[in-house]
Amino acid sequence: MKIEDDKGVFVFVQQIDGEISGVSFELIGKGRELAKILACQVTAVLLGSGISQLAGELSNFGADQVIVVDDAVLETYMTEPYTHAMTQVIKRYKPEIVLFGATAIGRDLAPRVSARVHTGLTADCTGLEIDPASGCLLMTRPAFGGNIMATIVCAEHRPQMATVRPGVMKRVSETFGTDGRVEQVVLPDLADHVNVEIVEVIKKVSEKMDIMDAKVLISGGRGIGGAEGFRKLEELAEALGGTIASSRAAVDAGWVEKDRQVGQTGKTVRPNLYVACGISGAIQHLAGMEEADIIIAINKDPSAPIFEIADYGVVGDVDKVIPLFIQQIKEEQEKR
Amino acid sequence: MNIVVSIKQVPNTNEVRLDQTTGTLIREGVPSIINPDDKSGLEMALKLKDKLGAHVTVITMGPPQADAVLKEAMAMGADDAVLITDRAFGGADTWATSSTLASALRKIPYDLIITGRQAIDGDTAQVGPQIAEHLGLPNISYAESLELADGYAVVKRQYEDRTHVIKARLPCLVTALGEYNTPRYMTPRGIFEAWEEGRIQVFTRSDLSVADENIGLKGSPTRVKKSFVKAVKGQGTVVTMDPEDAAVWLTDRLKEKFIL
Repeated sequence: MKIEDDKGVFVFVQQIDGEISGVSFELIGKGRELAKILACQVTAVLLGSGISQLAGELSNFGADQVIVVDDAVLETYMTEPYTHAMTQVIKRYKPEIVLFGATAIGRDLAPRVSARVHTGLTADCTGLEIDPASGCLLMTRPAFGGNIMATIVCAEHRPQMATVRPGVMKRVSETFGTDGRVEQVVLPDLADHVNVEIVEVIKKVSEKMDIMDAKVLISGGRGIGGAEGFRKLEELAEALGGTIASSRAAVDAGWVEKDRQVGQTGKTVRPNLYVACGISGAIQHLAGMEEADIIIAINKDPSAPIFEIADYGVVGDVDKVIPLFIQQIKEEQEKR
Repeated sequence: MNIVVSIKQVPNTNEVRLDQTTGTLIREGVPSIINPDDKSGLEMALKLKDKLGAHVTVITMGPPQADAVLKEAMAMGADDAVLITDRAFGGADTWATSSTLASALRKIPYDLIITGRQAIDGDTAQVGPQIAEHLGLPNISYAESLELADGYAVVKRQYEDRTHVIKARLPCLVTALGEYNTPRYMTPRGIFEAWEEGRIQVFTRSDLSVADENIGLKGSPTRVKKSFVKAVKGQGTVVTMDPEDAAVWLTDRLKEKFIL
């Protein structure tokens, strides 16, 4: 078989407890762009148990077709049954491109699938384009901790597979109606692929807003000095209707929870406003926040790299500037 | 109980700097280290050794000088070390790397394989699950902790908003998260013994039974088409003023941008 015969952009849809993860919609959005250039369709592949009714939501956000594997075995994510289901779908439909979210699920599932179907996989992509000359997918990703960008191609194997970081692509804003084409795939031997047992599921409860959803992020780093300092940042976040985030240093020091971490080993965020307080701006951190619309940096070191990407920078002591900044904002808000 | 830990020698990317004029990486003087997640995985294995008397073998694929990480691992407490090195393995992507490592692992007895979740130079997190696939083993990624009981591994597997406690029958492969196991220091006696001649077994191309089309550059479905330095964003405004004035200035900027 020639690789030119493989057609279509497929997106693995991540759902957890019946809720579709945001990155899946972002990938459908990006998939539409790619499919338009390739003159093919976008297919969402939805795996789970009792989830068939979610297909309409996927159609509405731009999937031309939804393939559903609805099976009790797929209720909770396990590597092998999901790998088997995804591999079977790929073998049956022979897509040209398959995209996964670079999540704790996608980064486990995609490598396993790529090894099984013997094709290439590019991790944590931040850019996807079609090469006009070859028609191949150009997959761009950060390497060396974000110090350089590399564009990867998978010329001779199909499908071309990539994981894409959540928050990097934009979901489509228009809607397409919920009555798209749906195909059910039944895999009778799925239960034979269960090779581990989930003994317990422990959900973490975070009362704070997810930093990927926040429009305003007040982020603290080593310069904040301790957990106490983050209370002031919370106050600033509250005044601006946002939430707090942090650099890796503050997480490692135990001042804030891991779910607050922005950067290469944390989350990628693109809020309207990012206020970096006492963050020097290691390249690994910048990789996670440089797409913010407006970046404010407050740092006492004038040579801190964060100032190179900040729209507005203040060289000064965060302990002194932040309380006054909060006070100014509150005074301004009271005026209206 | 045989545990094999797969580790990688990486440049400490925290210390890599860019030459602003040429846009290239300054790698001179950047120390090579054991990849942090791998070192955490090694610590996991050494804890099991302390508790259960497991035999721990470390393996790495890389150029001859990658033996430094094996020596360090032995000085921390690993019993044996295998260096997988050959020009034929060079230029490998994750598919070919995992295929090569899997073929080496077929020659080493194991009940449990531990790798780091990901390496700091590539950050792909792909090689661990791909080794497991080539060997037909279950894999559990993103492990916070690992216990062994009655022929099973019990692993706390991390997700964004939850943890699964997963039980897998041995043999299986586990990928370790860096921040959950603080690696122990090398011991003086360990250092002395690790640097003795002949401690490291070397596997070259001819020692492994793996097809040419599954190793090295030739066995790699992906290629780097180009690499480049990100375009620098236009310089913003940086001010140095009294905290009072700075607070006013910042508030004015927020008004200007309609955030206030």
